[in-house]
Order: sequence, then structure tokens, then C-alpha cells
Amino acid sequence: MKNILSLAAAFTLLTAPLYHANAAVSVSGSTSVSNVVEVLAETYQKSSGRHVDVQGTGSSSGIVAAKNGTSMIGMSSRELKAGEAAADIQQLVIARDGIAVIVNNNNPVENLTRKQIKSIYRNEITNWKQVGGEDKAIVVVTRDASSGTREAFEKILGLKRQVNGIPVTSISAGAQVANGNGMVKTLVANNDYAVSYISLGSVDNNLLKALKVDGITASDENILSGQYSITRPFILLFKNETDPRAADFIRYILSDKGQSIVAEQGYIRVK
Amino acid sequence: MNTCTKTNDSGISHRHTPKPDRLGTFFHLVFICCAMVGVVSLATIAWFLFSEGLAAFRQAGVIELVFGSEWLPPALFGIFPMIAASLISTLGAVLTGVPVAVLTAVFLAELAPKWLADIVRPAVELLAGIPSVVYGFFGLVVIVPAIEVLFNIPAGNTLLAGIIVLAIMILPTVITISETSIRALPPVYKEGALALGASHIYSIFKVLIPAARSGILTGVALGVARAIGETMAIIMVMGNAPAMPGSILEPARTLTANIAMEMSYATGIHASALYSTGIVLLIFIVLLNTGLLYINKKRVH
Repeated sequence: MKNILSLAAAFTLLTAPLYHANAAVSVSGSTSVSNVVEVLAETYQKSSGRHVDVQGTGSSSGIVAAKNGTSMIGMSSRELKAGEAAADIQQLVIARDGIAVIVNNNNPVENLTRKQIKSIYRNEITNWKQVGGEDKAIVVVTRDASSGTREAFEKILGLKRQVNGIPVTSISAGAQVANGNGMVKTLVANNDYAVSYISLGSVDNNLLKALKVDGITASDENILSGQYSITRPFILLFKNETDPRAADFIRYILSDKGQSIVAEQGYIRVK
Repeated sequence: MNTCTKTNDSGISHRHTPKPDRLGTFFHLVFICCAMVGVVSLATIAWFLFSEGLAAFRQAGVIELVFGSEWLPPALFGIFPMIAASLISTLGAVLTGVPVAVLTAVFLAELAPKWLADIVRPAVELLAGIPSVVYGFFGLVVIVPAIEVLFNIPAGNTLLAGIIVLAIMILPTVITISETSIRALPPVYKEGALALGASHIYSIFKVLIPAARSGILTGVALGVARAIGETMAIIMVMGNAPAMPGSILEPARTLTANIAMEMSYATGIHASALYSTGIVLLIFIVLLNTGLLYINKKRVH
């Protein structure tokens, strides 16, 4: 009898999360967007008591998840490509984000032009001396091929070229590749001559600094006014006939409360 | 013999008919099932890799994929630089790690005073239990900056950093297996050598190590497998640039790193190309193991 009871208890414990997950709003996609949506989900849960399940899986898989219904809401940190949009999917911009070009705090360089950044990533400028810094080789750090940040960075700066009619990256193959924001930060913080790019909201000012681009500081005001040019939208994707629980969470994100959380996290509010 | 059979026929035959040995059959089956777990897993993995990866081979062509030097998904899928990086990092790790490991094993088995062996052996065994992400972190904060200073290069995330980390990672496997095989030698080998007037060191290099060759090579084979399959530590210290490294002081991306870095996002033909990277890796491991087995057999005979 005792055994049966404990078996039943174990079974309940094992299946409880399943039941819980079914009742929750599921959100998955871009790791950059999930940073802010996780915070929104926490505060939403406190005020409404409803659970939101957030998973950072990358923009590409977030878009797929929204289309095939694996998640109620998908997250993307880049505009959808031509083949990715679908008639029954709505897109909603919940915030804007600046992509900061970052260097180590010990690097004297403060400003780069868009053209210089592009040349550095194409391996045409290889020494800091050429852009007003020390006589040291530039260590170029980029993200892995399918990161939303990389996709947006390439698109905004025109770091694309055609191979066999397919658009591919023109970032030099010799650049170091980091597979996440955390690793980008570690690499740049530990190397005086590294340069990389990262979501403005994730810049840690103790170890690395965001460069001015064309003389414009990467700040919220400059992004809002449109002066700072390397920006991207944070997009939520959901089906036309949205689950009411998901719709409620989306309303919360667009509310004044939700948008001020977006601003607190270092991103730019859209309302 | 005949009389015996007759007695059997006449009355007490039931005592002598062999009872079906159910327990024996049962355990026989259990043993077979256990032995099949590994084989079935391997077959499933291989089948899965081939069914997913063939699309990329079909679209890009085997030659283009294996010998192409540009990795530009979704247009070009050349993995030759990664094959080179995997082979160079593994070879480098074996060349630096194995001598150290074999000498350590000899030291532990033959030369070390008991108190010192009692410190070294647990330390080596502990090394085997450290997760690879910790090795990677150690490489990132200790080895990478050291390489920057030693060679005066801007970034220490290089093939060399990967080789050093891998060399340390294969130590415990090679040391433990080599030491066991040296200890397992019959004492007469050493006694005979010493009786013939050979010095202790001479008998170690001319008698003990050659005699334990088969065990040492098994250790090396496992070390090679560990080195070529290592992913996490390599991603952290090797820079992962998909370009052909010009020297061991340049960043490089191994086959395993390529799969791990892009698998979570990749779709369509890109994902398929990552599976075909896995196929190439599998083929390499099979070739390496076969090669080592062959050397092992040939030398022993």
C-alpha cells in the first residue's frame, strides 16, 4: 500500500510540470529578445498569476516555432526574410535595440565610421593604427553564422555578398567566432585589441566600451531620434487567431508598465 | 557406454534427460542484449547521420564538401579547413600528451616512491573527472593569455591553445591504461633483464615498454578518440574561425565545434551540411581506430 501511495505521489510530481506547461503561455526564439521577455514574464506572473515559459533558441527557430504552433509566441531580433513570412502570422515590434560596436576599455579608439567597421570586418583594415589607435593587429570577433545579432549587423552595414545567387556573409573567414553574447563579452574583456558587436542592452561598462559610430554615441536618445544607425527591431510573432492567454501577455508588454520595463532593461520603448 | 544407455531406457530416464536450463538461457539473452546496446546505438547514430546528411552531399557534391575550403552557409559548404583543424589539433595533442603520459605511467609503476605515487595517481584520476567546460575556461584564462605573451601575437585563441588543452585532457586516459598494462607484465620480464645485467632504466625502455606496447596503444587510441571528439573546451579556446589555419598560431574550427556552434539555429540544407560534418567525423574516428588496431596487431605478432 505504502509503495502504491509513493508511486502515485511520484507520478503526480512527474506529471505536474506537464500540466503546468500546458496551462502556460509559451514563448521561444531570439536569445537577445528573450533577455527582456524573461523579465517581462516574471513581472507579468507576479501581477496576473499566470505563468509564461520563455526559451532562448535563436531567431530562426523562433520564427519556425510561431509558424508551426510549437510556441504561442515566437521572438525574432531581425526582420523576417522573404521566405519566412506567412499569411497567418502577425508581427509586432515590442522594442528597438541598438547594436553597439565594442572594444576593450584599454583601447584608446573612441570612434569608428560605418565604412571603417565594414572594412575591419572584411579584413581590409587590419591594424588599429589605420583607424587612429595603437600599432597593433585588430582581433575581429563575430557571432556564429545564424545569430540574429549577426544577421542584423551584416544587413545594416552591408556585409553581404552573392555566391551562386545566394546571399552570404562577407565577414572575413579569419574572424574569431563566439557562440553567444557571453562569450563575445569574455573575449573582448580579455583582449585589449579585440573588436566585436553586441546588443546595446548587454554592454557591461566595467570591462568594455561601446564605440561612437560616425561620431554618434550609442545611446537611447540617439537611437530614438534615428541618428544612431545600427539598430534593429525586437519582434514578436503570433498566429492571427491568438490564444487569449498569449494575447493578454502581449497587451501587458505594450502597456505602459511593460514598456517601462523594456526601457529599464536598456532597450528602446516603442510606445 | 551401451549398458549405460540401456539402464537409462529402462525406467529412470526422466532423471537423466537434460532439463532445459531456463536460467542459463535467460542470462545468455541478458548478456547478448547488453552487448548489443553499444552496437545498436552506433548503428542508429550512423543511420541518423547518413539519412540527415546525404541531402548536403547530394546538393554540394562529396568532393566540393570534403575538399572545399569555404564555409559560407547556405551557399558553400567546404569543410576541408575543419578536417585539417581536427587532425592537426588531435595529432598535436597526441605528440605532446602521449610521451608525457607514458613516462608518467612508467614513473608510477616502476620508479615512484610510494608516498609520491599516492599523490600523483589520485591527481591524475581527478583530472579525468573534470568537465570539459572547466578545461575550456582554464584554457581561456591561463593558456590563451600565456600564448599572447610568449609569441607576441594579438589573440591567443589559436590551434596551439587547443592542442595544449587537449594534451592535458588525454593524459588521464593514457596514463591509467598504460600504468595498468605495465603493472600487468609478468615479473620475470624485469627480473630476467636485471639478471642479465641491464640497468633499471635500460630494462624499462628496452623490455617493459615494448612488452606493454599493446596496452599503451589501446590507451593512445582512447586518447585520440577523446581528443578528436572534444567540443566544449575547443570552442572556448580555439577561436572557431572557419578559415584554413596558416600556422598553429592562428584560430581554427574543428569538425565538432562546427556542429555544436551552428546546430541550434541551422535549418534546411545548412542543417544537413552539419550532419554531413558528423558523417566525416564518424568516418575519421573509424579510420583512426582501424589504423591503431592494425598497428597493434601487427606489432604484437
